[in-house]
Amino acid sequence: MAGSSGKSMVGRFGVHLAVLFFVALWTVPTLGILVSSLRDKDQIIASGWWTALTSSTRTEAGRLGTAADQVEKDGKFQIVGNLFEDGGSRQIVAFGTRSQEPTRYKAGEVADLGDGETLQVNEDGSYIYASPKAFEGERGRRVYYSASSPPKFTTQNYRTVLFSEGIGRSFLNSLTVTIPATVIPILIAAFAAYALAWMRFPGRALLIAVIIGLLVVPLQMSLIPLLKLYNGVGTFFGVPSKTYLGIWLAHTGFGLPFAIYLLRSYIAGLPREIMESARIDGASDFEIFVKIVLPLSFPVLASFAIFQFLWVWNDLLVAMVFLGTEADQIVLTAKLNALLGSRGGDWEILTTSAFVTIIVPLIVFFSLQRYFVRGLLAGSVKGG
Amino acid sequence: MAAQIFSAVLVVVIGVGGCVAYFWGANKLLDLVFPAHGVSGAAAVDNLRRQGLIRPWLFIGPAMLILVVYLIYPVIDTLWLSFHDRSGQNFIGLANYEWAFGDREFRNSILNNVLWLAVVPAACTFLGLIIAVLTDRIWWGTIAKSLIFLPLAISFVGASVIWKFIYEYKGEGQTQIGILNAIVTGLGGDPHVWISIPFWNNFFLMVILIWIQTGFAMVILSSALRGIPEETIEAAVIDGANPFQIFWKIMVPQIWGTIAVVWTTITILVLKVFDIVLTMTNGQWNSQVLANLMFDWMFRGGGDFGRGATIAIIIMIAVIPIMVWNIRQANKETGGH
Repeated sequence: MAGSSGKSMVGRFGVHLAVLFFVALWTVPTLGILVSSLRDKDQIIASGWWTALTSSTRTEAGRLGTAADQVEKDGKFQIVGNLFEDGGSRQIVAFGTRSQEPTRYKAGEVADLGDGETLQVNEDGSYIYASPKAFEGERGRRVYYSASSPPKFTTQNYRTVLFSEGIGRSFLNSLTVTIPATVIPILIAAFAAYALAWMRFPGRALLIAVIIGLLVVPLQMSLIPLLKLYNGVGTFFGVPSKTYLGIWLAHTGFGLPFAIYLLRSYIAGLPREIMESARIDGASDFEIFVKIVLPLSFPVLASFAIFQFLWVWNDLLVAMVFLGTEADQIVLTAKLNALLGSRGGDWEILTTSAFVTIIVPLIVFFSLQRYFVRGLLAGSVKGG
Repeated sequence: MAAQIFSAVLVVVIGVGGCVAYFWGANKLLDLVFPAHGVSGAAAVDNLRRQGLIRPWLFIGPAMLILVVYLIYPVIDTLWLSFHDRSGQNFIGLANYEWAFGDREFRNSILNNVLWLAVVPAACTFLGLIIAVLTDRIWWGTIAKSLIFLPLAISFVGASVIWKFIYEYKGEGQTQIGILNAIVTGLGGDPHVWISIPFWNNFFLMVILIWIQTGFAMVILSSALRGIPEETIEAAVIDGANPFQIFWKIMVPQIWGTIAVVWTTITILVLKVFDIVLTMTNGQWNSQVLANLMFDWMFRGGGDFGRGATIAIIIMIAVIPIMVWNIRQANKETGGH
């Protein structure tokens, strides 16, 4: 295929272009929340994240000074002031006096408002409102303007979600769930995998078939009975039914079939001669396992550890069933789901929280991609 | 908080230590009860045989215990519960199943699941295959693959937030901050609340899963493509086949087995899809699927275990053909081993 594609420059260019298109399609969504999480929260709702590097424009309303502010000058009455009370770095692009035409006049232009009244609003927000007659009334005149603000990036969103939205605490909860739920199944599965690969006993073939069958059993099948069981155990012993121990064991149970399957096919492929020569030297099964099989199986153990870590970290369903929703137990995914409900349109909170939840998997993924891919291939390329 | 970190560390230590202690101790005990050394020849042989009978069960014992408690018993119990009422106490025969097939929401879920099953595995496999073939031919293919593979590490909830932001809707005339509506209005169309358009919203949700899973299909298929013997392709080139013929007639037939594996793996995932629907629509606007409906019934009005279990059984029934196929395939492979 490589030879035939080299035929035309156009064809090769097309391939680059097509791949570029796919890469863009697959990365732009994530880029969107990363960029948004770093933007000022007012800018997020004022303009699309893809314009983050350009100034964003927003139409706002303000009031001019009141009659009390007027000064008489050359027989005319003037109110002078600034629309931006806070100063800042915003710039007026256009202004108007009617809500239907909020941007009728350009900044700096002198607008004729009729009856000899004029209004001039400059880029920096300063204005001169002049009239041949004295101004009256308590309230200042309403004006509309569109102001552009330069791109503004901030880490404020991260401080907000980590420390006042509870994401920081949830991050810790996620770690509390994930690490034991990754470590415990590895040991249990490794011993079982060794027995299924290298020890002879009746019922072995049946056990392997059962484990392959369990690989695809939907999690949904386990939820209700386990919820009942946990509630029963909780009532019986007078302990809470939603505990970290409960979810560690649940994740262990759900991860075991894949762990045993993955490890068994790897361990079964280790060279027979090594085992046999060790056995002749008088090593027991336990010694062979600990001194030979475990060290040799490091790559597949790493693969499984990454899988289990990602799966537990990213899990929502098991956490929602077996853990509480209080601050001391709610994990990142569940917290993010709750925020989607309670902070619906607050994109600065949502994008930042989402990025915090995906950053750990992304780091694990990028640093250990080799093991991850190896595990994927070993785990699914069967029957090929 | 410090207490939580401490207890987590403690549990890891106790858990791992406990596992190690069990495996080491059980082995030691076995060696002590049936000593193979320091006894007469005949007794030693006898004891070795006994050890050989017992030791495998020491090794797989903990795994079996956990599998029974967390998977095998629940499967049986769920089946049992599906014939009982909401409390799980009173036998009501097939009433839950009758309810299910008469229920509008349930039928809608089945329909949507079928739609998901028809679209997602096919789309992932097809896109994955195309991208695998294309990236194999350019120098920056590895980087491209990494980037397309990346969403696989993102949680469904995280992905849902990412895509909800893409589908974000602002009223007509306002600045659209969702990229999809920005593109649509940029091209002169009207903005829409995409995820609330019945029927079509299913596709907007599917896109999320396709976005996540295409990388998986791509990696597996890419490795299978590498395994194709060069000679078969060279022969086809010499015979004057064009790239499309090579792709469809030479490459695809040789990786048919892998395509089937990718397809079935994604099919199982689709049957269980829950997080995306829960976070995007929670089944509103006719976008309900079985897994989310089941979760809903588990807790709705204090929880209806009978109906929840029934929905789980329906999902299970859909998985069984794949399960049988997998076991057959594995048996064929191990054969004599």
